[in-house]
Amino acid sequence: MATAAGTLAAPAVQAPSGIWAWLTTVDHKRIGTLYGVSGMVFFVVAGIEALLIRSQLAVPNGEVVDADLFNALFSMHALTMIFLGVMPLGAAFFNWLVPLMIGARDVAFPRLNALSYWIFLSGALMLNASWLLGGAPDTGWFAYAPLTENTYSTGRSMDFYTVSLIILGTSSLIASLNFIVTIINLRAPGMTMFRLPVFVWMTMIVAWLLVLSLPVLTVGLIQLYFDRNFTTNFFIPDGGGDPVLWQHIFWIFGHPEVYVLILPAMGIVSEVLPTFSRKPLFGYGAVVFAGISIAILGFAVWSHHMFTTGLGPVPRVVFSATTMTIAVPTGVKIFNWLGTLYGGSIRFTTAMYFAVGFIATFTVGGISGVMHASPPIDTQQQDTYFIVAHLHYVLFGGAIMGIFAGVYYWFPKFTGRFLSEGMGKLHFWLFFIGLNVTFFPMHFLGVSGMPRRIYTYDAGLGWETWNFVATLGAFTIAAGMAVFLWNFFRSMREEPSAPDNPWDAPTLEWATSSPPPEHDFDVVPVVRARDPVWYDRDHGIAPPEPDPHEHIHLPPPSYYPLLIGVGFTLIGIGALSHLALVALGAVVVIYGIWGWTLEPTGAEPAAGGH
Amino acid sequence: MRLDRVHTRRLPLAAAVLLTGLVLAACSDPLSTIEPKSDATQTVQNVYVIVFWLAAVVFVGVLGATLILSIWFRERPGRVASQFHGNTRLEIVWTLLPVVILVAIFIPTATAIVDLEPDPDDLPPGTVHVEAIGHQWWFEFRYPDLGIVTANEMHVPVDRPVYVTLRSEDVIHSFWIPQLVGKVDMVPGRENAVIFTPNEARDEAYLGQCVEFCGTSHANMRFRVFVDGQADFDAWVEAQLAPPVAAETLSELAQEGAALFQNPILALGVTPCVGCHTVKGTPAVGLIGPDLTHVASRSTLFAGIRDGFASSEDPERVQRELERWISDPDDIKPGVTVRENGMPAWGEHLTSEQITALVAYLRELQ
Repeated sequence: MATAAGTLAAPAVQAPSGIWAWLTTVDHKRIGTLYGVSGMVFFVVAGIEALLIRSQLAVPNGEVVDADLFNALFSMHALTMIFLGVMPLGAAFFNWLVPLMIGARDVAFPRLNALSYWIFLSGALMLNASWLLGGAPDTGWFAYAPLTENTYSTGRSMDFYTVSLIILGTSSLIASLNFIVTIINLRAPGMTMFRLPVFVWMTMIVAWLLVLSLPVLTVGLIQLYFDRNFTTNFFIPDGGGDPVLWQHIFWIFGHPEVYVLILPAMGIVSEVLPTFSRKPLFGYGAVVFAGISIAILGFAVWSHHMFTTGLGPVPRVVFSATTMTIAVPTGVKIFNWLGTLYGGSIRFTTAMYFAVGFIATFTVGGISGVMHASPPIDTQQQDTYFIVAHLHYVLFGGAIMGIFAGVYYWFPKFTGRFLSEGMGKLHFWLFFIGLNVTFFPMHFLGVSGMPRRIYTYDAGLGWETWNFVATLGAFTIAAGMAVFLWNFFRSMREEPSAPDNPWDAPTLEWATSSPPPEHDFDVVPVVRARDPVWYDRDHGIAPPEPDPHEHIHLPPPSYYPLLIGVGFTLIGIGALSHLALVALGAVVVIYGIWGWTLEPTGAEPAAGGH
Repeated sequence: MRLDRVHTRRLPLAAAVLLTGLVLAACSDPLSTIEPKSDATQTVQNVYVIVFWLAAVVFVGVLGATLILSIWFRERPGRVASQFHGNTRLEIVWTLLPVVILVAIFIPTATAIVDLEPDPDDLPPGTVHVEAIGHQWWFEFRYPDLGIVTANEMHVPVDRPVYVTLRSEDVIHSFWIPQLVGKVDMVPGRENAVIFTPNEARDEAYLGQCVEFCGTSHANMRFRVFVDGQADFDAWVEAQLAPPVAAETLSELAQEGAALFQNPILALGVTPCVGCHTVKGTPAVGLIGPDLTHVASRSTLFAGIRDGFASSEDPERVQRELERWISDPDDIKPGVTVRENGMPAWGEHLTSEQITALVAYLRELQ
């Protein structure tokens, strides 16, 4: 590796393969792939959980699963989709794209990047291990106290919840700091902040949201862990605690989290729409500032999850106003995307289908969101299927549709291969029809008074038809996913054939090969405009010649991130079993940090023995 | 391309179908949220109608624009994309337009919030006061001014304000009668309240249910509300205040059941019936489970999930279900035996003859 890095005669092939190479990688692209594959696996797991839920509810008094399993399924469906599906899929794009889009050769802290993945994996496995070790969390992803306290949740399930979410939060926090520093410090010459692709802006906003909101959740989780294990009374009313405090803590994190899930998709769509409309994004500044406004307002709306908690009329009025305000920047984004379509010459690739589908379905979720921003209306919609419909239009119709737009769009860049457009469009229609057939009827169910999180319901309440239809829709979505997976594996068996810039796209990642070399760019690009590739094309600027004497500094692989990840896992297992393991884990972490600091970073070209 | 044209033409039709579907979907469903039968739900409905139609306009506008732009500007020979970066005037328009819509929603919202808020110090004259207490997984209703304690079934007089204070004995529950009052949570350690004036007396019950996830049998935590004419309400009050059937008038089997019910050491190490349940005028004064003084007069059993003796056309079936319940309540309502202070599965401790006798007793608690 050191020999290869010394000159630009670097072979086109990637760094060594094999399991050890993946375990020790610090390459942002490989880490992105790890996040992406993990995210897809857990997306499928959470999807299977959803299918079980829908099977149980297909008919009145369903008997597919029992009450306790159903409660665990809907809780784990949410936790898995949010923390192990959509967030890592977002992280996959951040990892793959941010350095490429800003013209950098890696993130600011490559080993830290690897560490955040290994900690993520540790938390993800721990959360799912609960299925086998005494029961999965079954109090909803929001885990309202005091149902989560020892008295009502016996067993270990809620400890799995607190410990694994703390671990997952640590991972996201590390990654977020890494991306903030990367975006601020590693931009190529000429890549000013207002030339950053919108996706990079959204990445940075998400990172800030996580940095500011995750510590709040972590505090709450530690309090809950202490309530359960060390007899504190933070959320126990009989001991002087307050269950409503948990709700505040959870939603101060939980609402920004919604934007953590949706903003990456908004960023993706803001890249896909201009490329296939063949014109620049309409209102770049407005889209960026709308994203920033959404993030800031996102911290001022948490109590709209608590309109029925009994906070009194003044908070209801105030939080209703702040919540409605968010519709303004959200609307600005939607209108600017439509403005991007206007006047274009739109090429309807699969990615574009997903992006345009995103606008439609996300808008539906946005509109229903404004409806229950009105607290009086919310008293008739809160905790009914109307909310289930709303949140799935935002998260499936929004986040997931956006993510798949990104998958089809960047697949040639990531792999050097194309996904089949025919199968891709079949996938799109199965998803698009499936999601509308699943989630639109849930509005009707909510209006008919069907509560969320019920494992059974009686006939005669007007819920039979739409529940059955929704279940059919869920299996339609599953069929779409099967088509995607088939498409994926079929494509991966083919020889790479993608050119550098197959879509004639404007951003820097398309200025390097598909897939990019380990060092991303042979020459660090110089950015002259917001859409650099289009600018260079239109002004006849040829790609710069590589300097044969330049030394490209890439960090060597390191197993310390993995080791520290193992240490975190031991600490987590210890927190669920015996404190001695916590001590052992701490020793491993400290040893890992020690080795990490003394590890040669390959900064000296001579050190490689070239 | 032909397909696209068809789609465009059908768009208004599709939107109309969708909207009428949404409106009609919920009509005449027992838990419909858009069939207000009280002043409180009517207040909500008035806001909802405004918001619904504004939402419908935005829905049709944005989705229509997405579809039309996608079709109009699709790639075709000779078309070249216009290269422009934005339009400040448009940005201002589509920032201000939502603001106008939101103000139109916010003003009635804020007014309704204030209107719906009960003022405990200034309740209207003639208000009926009910205390609703959430338990895993049933509702307790107390009428402090009338001295009535009942479970899973509320009776209220028509056209009189009903003030319900909300508490919880264990975890968070939520109190909701979609046609009468929007939901408000029952939070342990706090007291919330709702006020509403039902405006339609009817024989059919209004359905209510817990809507905050509260554990294993959250789905099985329901209740019924009967809005009676004043005379019917007074009759109900009188019946509830009457002492239960005198011991000597009970049937022989029921007397046997009563003895079991009142036995303080029914089974070793298991809390007996009287440890948790109250039957007024008897030694049964337990406070953990539902008050059973007039259990046979109720329209449902087990928190609204099965017909009760008073409503079922097949009392023998109710008898069998109640026997099943006492024998193994988890079979009907999962989690009941394992929750804290849960109901024991008496099938493990009593013979089926004994359980039959117990139910015979309960059946006569009119």
